[in-house]
Formats: sequence, C-alpha cells, structure tokens
Amino acid sequence: MMRFLLLFSRQGRLRLQKWFTPTPEREKKKIIRDMTTMVLARKPRSCNFLHWRDLKIVYKRYASLYFCLALEDQDNELLALEILHRYVELLDKYFGNVCELDIIFNFEKAYFILDEFLMGGEIQETSKQIVNRSIEASDMLQEDDNSDWYEVELFG
Amino acid sequence: LVPPPRLRELIRTIRTARTQAEEREMIQKECAAIRSSFREEDNTYRCRNVAKLLYMHMLGYPAHFGQLECLKLIASQKFTDKRIGYLGAMLLLDERQDVHLLMTNCIKNDLNHSTQYVQGLALCTLGCMGSSEMCRDLAGEVEKLLKTSNSYLRKKAALCAVHVIRKVPELMEMFLPATKNLLSEKNHGVLHTSVVLLTEMCERSPDMLSHFRKLVPQLVRILKNLIMSGYSPEHDVSGISDPFLQVRILRLLRILGRSDDDSSEAMNDILAQVATNTETSKNVGNAILYETVLTIMDIKSESGLRVLAINILGRFLLNNDKNIRYVALTSLLKTVQTDHNAVQRHRSTIVDCLKDLDVSIKRRAMELSFALVNGNNIRGMMKELLYFLDSCDPEFKADCASGVFLAAEKYAPSKRWHIDTIMRVLTTAGSYVRDDSVPNLIQLITNSVEMHAYTVQRLYKALLDDISQQPLVQVSSWCIGEYGDLLVSGQCEEEEPIQVTEDEVLDVLEGLLVSNLSTPVTRGYALTAIMKLSTRFSSVNRIKKVVSIYGSSIDVELQQRAVEYNALFKKYDHMRPALLERMPIMEKTATNGPTEIVQTNGETEPSVLDTKHPPPVTQPANQVRGVIISKYAGLHLCNLYIGIPPMTAYNKNGLKIEFTFERANPNPNIAVITIHASNSTEADMTDFVFQAAVPKTFQLQLLSPSSNVVPALNQGTVTQVIRVLNPQKQQLRMRIKLTYTHKGSPVQDLAEVNNFPPQSWQ
Repeated sequence: MMRFLLLFSRQGRLRLQKWFTPTPEREKKKIIRDMTTMVLARKPRSCNFLHWRDLKIVYKRYASLYFCLALEDQDNELLALEILHRYVELLDKYFGNVCELDIIFNFEKAYFILDEFLMGGEIQETSKQIVNRSIEASDMLQEDDNSDWYEVELFG
Repeated sequence: LVPPPRLRELIRTIRTARTQAEEREMIQKECAAIRSSFREEDNTYRCRNVAKLLYMHMLGYPAHFGQLECLKLIASQKFTDKRIGYLGAMLLLDERQDVHLLMTNCIKNDLNHSTQYVQGLALCTLGCMGSSEMCRDLAGEVEKLLKTSNSYLRKKAALCAVHVIRKVPELMEMFLPATKNLLSEKNHGVLHTSVVLLTEMCERSPDMLSHFRKLVPQLVRILKNLIMSGYSPEHDVSGISDPFLQVRILRLLRILGRSDDDSSEAMNDILAQVATNTETSKNVGNAILYETVLTIMDIKSESGLRVLAINILGRFLLNNDKNIRYVALTSLLKTVQTDHNAVQRHRSTIVDCLKDLDVSIKRRAMELSFALVNGNNIRGMMKELLYFLDSCDPEFKADCASGVFLAAEKYAPSKRWHIDTIMRVLTTAGSYVRDDSVPNLIQLITNSVEMHAYTVQRLYKALLDDISQQPLVQVSSWCIGEYGDLLVSGQCEEEEPIQVTEDEVLDVLEGLLVSNLSTPVTRGYALTAIMKLSTRFSSVNRIKKVVSIYGSSIDVELQQRAVEYNALFKKYDHMRPALLERMPIMEKTATNGPTEIVQTNGETEPSVLDTKHPPPVTQPANQVRGVIISKYAGLHLCNLYIGIPPMTAYNKNGLKIEFTFERANPNPNIAVITIHASNSTEADMTDFVFQAAVPKTFQLQLLSPSSNVVPALNQGTVTQVIRVLNPQKQQLRMRIKLTYTHKGSPVQDLAEVNNFPPQSWQ
C-alpha cells in the first residue's frame, strides 16, 4: 500500500498531504521536512526513485509542484509514476490546465478528487471518466444544498 | 453583522504577507475570530470556518480546536458540511484521540444514507482513518455494502474492508462470503479493489490462500481479456487497457502461485504472453513487464520462463530510461541468489552501471556487483570495483570498502593479490573503512606468513606518502612494530627491497606520535609499535627515551602505556622478549550471530605488571596479552555477500522480523537462524515473545532472546537464535507466533514463513 502522498512547491511549501496510516503530528512534520529536503536536493536528470527508511519514495515534478509518493516494498515503482500521472490528469481535467495556484486556492477540491481516486493507500477507481463524473455529481449536490435533497442517479 | 471572510479571500490575504511574522499575525487574528464563531455555535458559517482552519493547518499552524467542529459538520444534513467535515476529520483527527470515537455513530448513519455520495464519504473516511474500535463497530455495515450491486459503493466497501482487516485481522472471516462473486463484476473499479481485498486476505491467512487458489483460472481469464481486448477509451493508457488492474492481478497471481505447482502451471502461459507481447516504448508497458518479471521469479515457473524474465531485466538494463535501469538492478539483486548463473550473463552491463551518473543506480549496481563476484571473475571484477572506489561519492566509500574486503577474503587468487588489494583500499579510501576493518586486516596480515616482508615494506612506503588516513596508519604501525626487523634487513622477495635504517623507521613512528593528524588510538598503536621494536632493533636506548617521555603525556591512555612499558624496561626486562615476541597465527571462531574474531593487538595486560603480584614466569606469553573482540559491522552487507540473503519473515503493524542465516556450521543438517525484531511504531513493544513451530520432520531449538522489549522507532532490535535440525533436507517452513504489549493492549499474531531461501535448507 501507499503510505503517504505529499505535494510541495520548489520552495518546499506544502500544498497537499495525504497520510494513509495514522501518524502523530510531530512525525508528520519530520517526514515532510525529510521529503522536501531529499527531493529538492536531487539533481535534475536523476531517476525518480529514492530509498528512505524501509520505504520506496517515488517523486515527479510537474511544473512548479513536486508530487511525492511513499511505497512499501511490494509496490511497483513504475506503476506509481502512472498513479501520479493519473492524479495530475484528473486535476487537469477538473481545473482545466491546472497550475499550482488552482491547488492552493482550491485545496479542498484537490482532496476530494484524490479521495475518489485513491483510498486507504490503494487505487480505488481506474477509470478517469468515472472519477470525473463522481466529482461533478458531488459538486452538483453541494449546489443543491440550498434547496431540498433529492436523489442523484447512480453512475455505472 | 459582517459574515466571516470566505476561504479564498482568506487565502488571498494570507498570501500577501511579506514576512513570516506578518503571516503569523494574520493567522492568529483569523483563528481568534474563528474560535469565537465556534463558541457562538454558528451553524451557517461553520463549514467556511473549518475550511479556513484546514488551510491554516496545512501552513503548519495548530488547528486542534476545530476537531469537534468537524464532528458537528459531519452530523449536519447539508452535503457541503459533510464534505468539509469528513475532510477535516481525516486531516485533524486521529485514532489516538478519544474524540474520534464520536464519529462512529455519524458514520454508521451515513453508511446507510439514501445518497450514495454521502455513503461514499463515510466509507472513505472509515477506510482511511478508522481506528480498531470503529472498525469493529462498523464492520457489519461495510460487509453489507460489499454485497451491493451499486458498483460505486461496492468498490469503496472493498477497500474499506481491506482497512478493517488491517486494523482488526480477526474480522477477516466475516468478509469471506461476500467475496464469492466479486471477480464476476464487469466494473473495473470493483474488480481492482476486489483483487486488492483478495490479496490482503491471502497474504494474511494461509487458509484463505488455499481457499482462493481456485480463482487462478478466473484471474488468468480476466487478464487475458484485458490484453486481447481492443481499444477501450475508458481504461486506455497509451494503448494498454487498464494497466493498474493488470499489475494488481499479476501481483495476486504471484501470491497464489508461490510454492504451488498447479497454480504456477495454470498461469504459465499468460505470463509468457504478457512478457512477450507488452509494448515497451512507454513507462506503463514496462510497469506491467516489471510486475510480470517479479511474478515469474517468485512462483514455481519453468526454467524457460525464468530465463525469459531475466533477459527482460537484462534489456531493461540497457534502456535509456533511468527509472527502468534502476528497477532492473533492484530486481536482479533480489534474484541473484536463486538464479545466479542467469544473472551472471549480464555482468558486464551491470558493471557498466557503476559508471552511471545517477546515484541511486550506482548504489544498486555496486550491491549487485558484489553479489556477482566469484572465484572465476574476481580479478576482473575487483579491477572495476576498485576503480569505482577511487571515484565514487563519499557516501559509497565505506560500503564499497567493506565489500571489497569481504570479496577479497573469500576469493583472493593469491596472498599477494589479497594484500595488494587491501593496500589499494587503504590508500585510496583509507578514511572511510570501518573501524573493525583494522583488527580484521591485522589478523589477515598475521596469517599470511610468507608475505610479512612484502607487506611491511609496502605499508611503510605508504606511510611515507600520507599519514592522514587513520586506519592505514594504524595497520601500518602495527605491522612495523611486528615486522620492523624484516624491513631494515631488506628481506622482501616480491619486489625490490628498500634501504631503510632503524633510525628512519623510528623517525616515522615518532612522527606519528607528535602529528596533529593522529587520533589518540593511532598514537597508542604507534607507541606500542615502538616498544615492540625494542626486541627487534638494536637502538634500545632511543626507544627507552621515547617511552619515558610519554610517561608524562597528557593523554591518559598514552601515559598508562608508557608507564607500563617503562616498568617493563626497569623491573621486568627479563620478560620483555617473551611479551613482545612475534604474534602467532590467529584463529577465527564462528559463533551464533556475525562471525567473531578473537585477536590481540600486542597490548600487555595492565594487571600483569601489578608489583604486588608478580606473575608466575611459567605462564605462556600469549596469555598475558590483552584481548579485543570485534564483530563485523553491517549485518546485512555481510550476510548478503556470504551467500544466504537475509529475509523478511514478518512485517506488520510496525513490527518487522528479519531472519539471517549462518553459513559456516559443522553439521550441514543444522540451519542456524538469527531473528532480528524491530519496531517502527512510536511506542515500545514490551513483553515481546517470539515462538516458532516447524513441521514434524524437523526439530527446533530456540535459544534465549536478547531482551523482551522491542524499542520504538527502530532504536534497537531484539535478537534470538533458532537452530533447526533438518535431516531429511525438506523445504523449510515455519509458523511463528508473536505476542507483545503495545500501548497497553496485548497483541498476538500468527504467521507462516514460507519464503526461506533454498540455500538455507538444501
């Protein structure tokens, strides 16, 4: 399973943190410090994999954001790159040409999208369309909050 | 009254802060406003305020006062509130706080909500952060949802079930009925999460594993359909249909096929098909190939398939993509013990990777290179590895030096080559060798009797060049002390003997004593060496003078030695020749655990020179010498290169148990295994008890453990030795039972250990 996913800028500012195992607040802060230090220190054309404690760290830079995923020994690092890419695609579809500012100002949406894609450290849905449709439907439900509840059609 | 600022307004405002102090001030002001709003129980803006709090929390500011507010949001009827409430719960709450239990009822209600998106929120939150208590309370609800026909909910319920099983393994049984037709689903989301659920169950329970073996044909069919089906827009990634599902199926097949001939045979064809037909131009295809290779290597595959897998890895090594080269090296490292000859064929490519610019690749290539060294390739390999040692980053030098020493010890084609190799390491990476290298090298040199003259000459010449590298200086000092007579009499046969006088040698040693570059330990070596030369050289007076000067040294160690050596000159001169005579050949003793070397460094026991109890003259000289025991550092490095790789027998809930194996034991039917238990959680595991059981044809002996407490955060390990008698040379299997107390609660777990490397029982 994946252990955590972090998004941070080139200056090391955290933009998103998803922890898949219970971790004390102090430990989280330490891990974030370690990750940002290690990843930002990597030379430009290095491979995207690092070893840290007993975990495999997979990181990839998209524009001004670093996506950093921690895996257990059994997990497939090359597939993890595809996971990161898929998340970026989902964000891109939702925000339309996503950039760091979108994620800063709409961080809660970034979490909602992530929570339709991954869960408990595993992939929840492999279809882009289904994730997009779920988010759209949930957003619509939010808009309906001012009126009464009504049932929303299930998607396949 | 003015409504509180919206989330995005606040974000904009905070981002205008020019200094950390300014930001802190803004945040404190906003937090104060939010706190009073919470106190006033304002329902309208609670959602907005919690969202702002979550933003500030991400910036690193405390937000614990929002925890209860999240619970109130979750209990609200509005979807917007629930969405933010659950998000807040996942970010701010954790199972360590009792507050989280208040969520249980809300989650229970929401799991039964009429709107699937609300049910989804509840499942997601439970599946991400549900504590053991919550999982126990709500497992029934999850099980119900696992049987629903709504695929949106079913897939989430499956992953939620995985989480429940991870937190409360005893509940696994209750999910068994619901798994019956999970794989008949067409929906990929459900299929994927179902495979994850099945994998989790099979990994945790051997009974489940046997039970689910019958799914192999179905899994093979699903995988085949994915490969053969045409373009599917919904699941396509660069021409491959649902690579995520393919990889997950391959992983489950690996677990089902492991140690089972029939299952392995049933999946043979599909594995060959995937291995040969997958498009390799993009990362996604290689991800699938990678997983396929791991599966082929782990199950009982035909040798043709295994060779195919290793060749895929060989091709990966030549790929332009660094990630793929890295992954290939990692995989080859895993298989190098079991498929040694196949991996050897790729040796030159692997060695080329030592020159790769990428640090991660270099490290893997180094480890793999050492694993490939054998009696046939030692000269060529060592050339490459020494060249690597010369030019590699400092972070590698210690491990590389250790590896070179180990390999040289095992496969040195000649004593001279061995000593030359050691010299090369000491002179090029001398500051990086581990401390225990020094006594090991001293022992090696002592035992290479015919090389003494050559060795001391080369070491002396190295000292003339450079006295900054302490291990080199220490070994050299020791050697000169022992064999200084051979040095000045010019007895070297291997190369042109140098002309050097006793005074020149003493100059060098005294130079070490006064140099700023020498550590106290090195000074000790130098002084002892000088003392030893008093029985080998004729310039005894000079030596006496040096020794007496250091009798008033500020360094206490040095002072004590000098005082004792002085006493040796003055009162026990008759004993001096015997005490300082040439060291005998040292024996290595093998014991449980890493090899221990008993050796001496020519030090005299202080108590022997106690004037009140003069020692009996008949006592043999080597009994009065001090004894230093040293162990090899770097347990894993050592065992990996000795031949039987260590294995992880158990790794769950922060408790990791590794097995290491002893190779050198007189009875080939006995496997000596050392368990190493470590704990990565933040609380100690106390009352730790490890029990093991083996099949009837074996016999087991458990020696006492090192302790009952496995300290938190990997600060130490508990070790225990197991001796397994296996007269029938059957495949080693073991059942282990672990009990311990963690954060006040008793924990017990059973596991089967089936992944013993073949060398441990063959």
